[in-house]
Amino acid sequence: MKIEEIRHILEANVWVGEERLEGEVHAACGCDLMSDVLAFAKEEVLLLTGLVNPQVIRTAEMLDIKAIVFVRGKVPTQDMITMAKQKSMTILSTEYPLYIACGKLYRMGLMNEGEA
Amino acid sequence: MKLHYQVDGDNFLVAGEASASLKRTLKQLGIDASIIRKISISMYEAEMNMVIHAYGGVIDVELSADKVAIILKDTGPGIPDIELAMKEGYSTATHEIRELGFGAGMGLPNMKRYSDYLNVYSEVGVGTTVEITVYLT
Ligand SMILES: Nc1ncnc2c1ncn2[C@@H]1O[C@H](COP(=O)(O)OP(=O)(O)OP(=O)(O)O)[C@@H](O)[C@H]1O
Ligand SMILES: [Mg+2]
Repeated sequence: MKIEEIRHILEANVWVGEERLEGEVHAACGCDLMSDVLAFAKEEVLLLTGLVNPQVIRTAEMLDIKAIVFVRGKVPTQDMITMAKQKSMTILSTEYPLYIACGKLYRMGLMNEGEA
Repeated sequence: MKLHYQVDGDNFLVAGEASASLKRTLKQLGIDASIIRKISISMYEAEMNMVIHAYGGVIDVELSADKVAIILKDTGPGIPDIELAMKEGYSTATHEIRELGFGAGMGLPNMKRYSDYLNVYSEVGVGTTVEITVYLT
């Protein structure tokens, strides 16, 4: 699924990576625990999370995750935006809570679990 | 090649810098992405533990033709029961740390899962040393 399509489905704001919305993800992972993401996430997944701090960006970097959606109206800090820009990541935010955001993407065809 | 990193104990914002830096170096050297991933995840978990549980420390990395050996040393409180600490879900992390997304008790199990060799020595009141080795072939 294209990131642009994800943006549309989740009525999301784009914080970083406007120029990469044509990029695609094939699986997603919804999680608030960074160690769980580190334990189970596959490469090149979309990470949906309600957790907002610089370690989310760092964790994504370790896993080569290129796109993150912050849920429940959470927005990234300036530090996080700067970090994400350096790492060529795309950051979105949506008002939907985690469960609903995941459900909407799943229903629209993003069905592969982002877990190894 | 030998690399040395200093890890600041109370700066959660920059925690993980050392792991990120090694990751960039390994990428430049053209090491296989799946191997870089194993190294990055193991080292990052260990680096986060140093910051969260042990007020920082030092990391030495030795890169040779066949392997990457990482030694993380801290002078923190130590781990009284390593076998227990290695169990999935065991954590002494505070509520504040949990709110930041850590403290699931998955770090040491993750290091075990992703590294080829893991050794944890610890002495209460003295500190903890974690050795991680990942083979390149
Ligand atoms: N360097 C260290 N110094 C002192 N205690 C440590 C150190 N590393 C780990 N521990 C102890 O071992 C426990 C388990 O560590 P582990 O990394 O598996 O989980 P965690 O750090 O609590 O949570 P997570 O890694 O999932 O965020 C910790 O809660 C802590 O009590
Ligand atoms: Mg840990």
